[in-house]
Amino acid sequence: MSVSPNVLGSRSTGDRVRGTAFYIVLLVSVTIGFLLLGVLLVDVVRKGIGYVDFTLLNEPNSSDPQRAGAGPAIRGTIYMMVLLLVMVVPIGVGTALYLEEYANRERWYNRLLEINIQNLAAVPSIVYGILGLAFLVRGIGLGRVLLAGALILTLLVLPTVIVASREAIRAVPDSIRQGAYALGATQWQVVWRQVLPAAIPGIATGSILALARAIGETAPLLLVGALTFVAVNPTILGSFTALPIQIYQWVGRPQEEFRLLAAAGIIVLLAILLTMNAFAIWLRNRYQRRW
Amino acid sequence: MAATDLTAGAQPDTVRLRAEGRRWGELAVKVALGLCALVSVATTIGIIIALVVPSVEFFRQVSILDFFSGDRWAPLFEPPSFGVQPLLVGTLVVTFWACVVALPCGLGAAIYMSEYARPRVRSILKPALETLAGIPTVVFGFFALTFFTPLLQDIGTGVNVFNVLSAGLVVGVMLIPVVASVSEDAMSAVPQDLRDGAYGLGATRLQVSTRIVVPAAISGIIASFVLAISRAVGETMIVLIAAGGIAQITFDPRDQAQTMTAFVGATGIGDVATGSIEYKTIFAVGLTLFVITFVMNMLSIRLVRKFREVYE
Repeated sequence: MSVSPNVLGSRSTGDRVRGTAFYIVLLVSVTIGFLLLGVLLVDVVRKGIGYVDFTLLNEPNSSDPQRAGAGPAIRGTIYMMVLLLVMVVPIGVGTALYLEEYANRERWYNRLLEINIQNLAAVPSIVYGILGLAFLVRGIGLGRVLLAGALILTLLVLPTVIVASREAIRAVPDSIRQGAYALGATQWQVVWRQVLPAAIPGIATGSILALARAIGETAPLLLVGALTFVAVNPTILGSFTALPIQIYQWVGRPQEEFRLLAAAGIIVLLAILLTMNAFAIWLRNRYQRRW
Repeated sequence: MAATDLTAGAQPDTVRLRAEGRRWGELAVKVALGLCALVSVATTIGIIIALVVPSVEFFRQVSILDFFSGDRWAPLFEPPSFGVQPLLVGTLVVTFWACVVALPCGLGAAIYMSEYARPRVRSILKPALETLAGIPTVVFGFFALTFFTPLLQDIGTGVNVFNVLSAGLVVGVMLIPVVASVSEDAMSAVPQDLRDGAYGLGATRLQVSTRIVVPAAISGIIASFVLAISRAVGETMIVLIAAGGIAQITFDPRDQAQTMTAFVGATGIGDVATGSIEYKTIFAVGLTLFVITFVMNMLSIRLVRKFREVYE
């Protein structure tokens, strides 16, 4: 029995028991999510790994599970991502620059703009699907095409890109701006040659994470008509499907083989996502500067 | 006197610090960036118009009273019935079971990260939680249907192949990172002085966590809860895959039920004729969903501002 060095005397047994019990409860709540994630990954790999092959990556869907693949779906997802990137980064970064560098916070419309973006970030994704259905597919008669899907995903992840870009821009210290102004630079010269280059790592990381989120979105694409059979390579103004939609379609089939095929599709989807996440984290650690 | 002289004398050839003329290039840039910002405003306006216009037409054909008080949802039956209550109850039950998992676990994880974990552990846990948050919902749906439901059947709960319990619990797991990250932000904003004061008076870590930090961060914690509930209400793929497609009023979680989102998803897939009453139901239900989540999001945004104002 060692003497407790605690000047106040040792804690009562009740305190220690309660403290330990609480600690265990906390550990359980932290672990439970990861535990399920682990089980999920093992389960998916166990079910689907046998179906991950050239057929899956290349062939179109088929009613015969042995010949069914997700080729057009995977290519549809990739095409959409390229379109999405081209649209969402300029608009997102432009909005962030406006809010951080140009907007006067005191004005009511700028405050409204901020609240609006915060709210948009929490609007259910299926509501974006309704927007796409009403305006793009039916309203302006674009039809159930790849471009409609890409546009809807752009609007969906725009708030994420804006928030990430704003944080990156805000992290650039004011002294850099003031130094440039003192040398006679105009506001745009300061933004374009000083602020933006310094903020690019943060913006890139945020954009990749937003892109990763968009890749997995399923519900809004259902409403713009991505659940369809596509045999050939998708085109921008042609009918299309996407990898998560293909997975959904397979999950809904009653035959066991299609469920295994769905698991195989999930392996491909998660592989793409984890690669993107890892790349974003690497980018953040490699290029992030502390001022 | 001297001051006036100075200014008067310097007046004619003062070095003027303002630009000679208006810089049109600079103005053009500002306008272009402002237009980018307007895209998000246009999105909100677009969503509201897209939802309200067809809903108004819908409510010309179906009275609002019937819509909210009716307890039978059968838009495709003859005669059709447009009582939205079954969808509301389905949403409510899924949200309840999601909260059973997400709120305590998310809060526990937040307390652990903020008060117990060493910096190194925290620096691993945070990106790990981000990864969990990044798993697509269609994957969680697959998991709920093909793994979790059979598991629940094996342990003898007697659940249906499609059931609300499995869907709700998995939605809850998906939302743990949401609750954890917003709550943890709020707890990290609590000044260290408050903790030190309590430790100085001999408080244990448990007491500091539950009686100092949690009450001090309460508005942020509630904000995270509200946000999680809003996300559970708006979750589509998991319920569409795992909770079944029958709109019925049941509080038995072993049974199947349809939520608002699942109805919109299931109906929107098909080639519904524009202008038909079936097409308009998508918008009426969508508008109901949007209003519910909008109110909760606003509440959550306000609460987050509150804790930011107090401690930052």
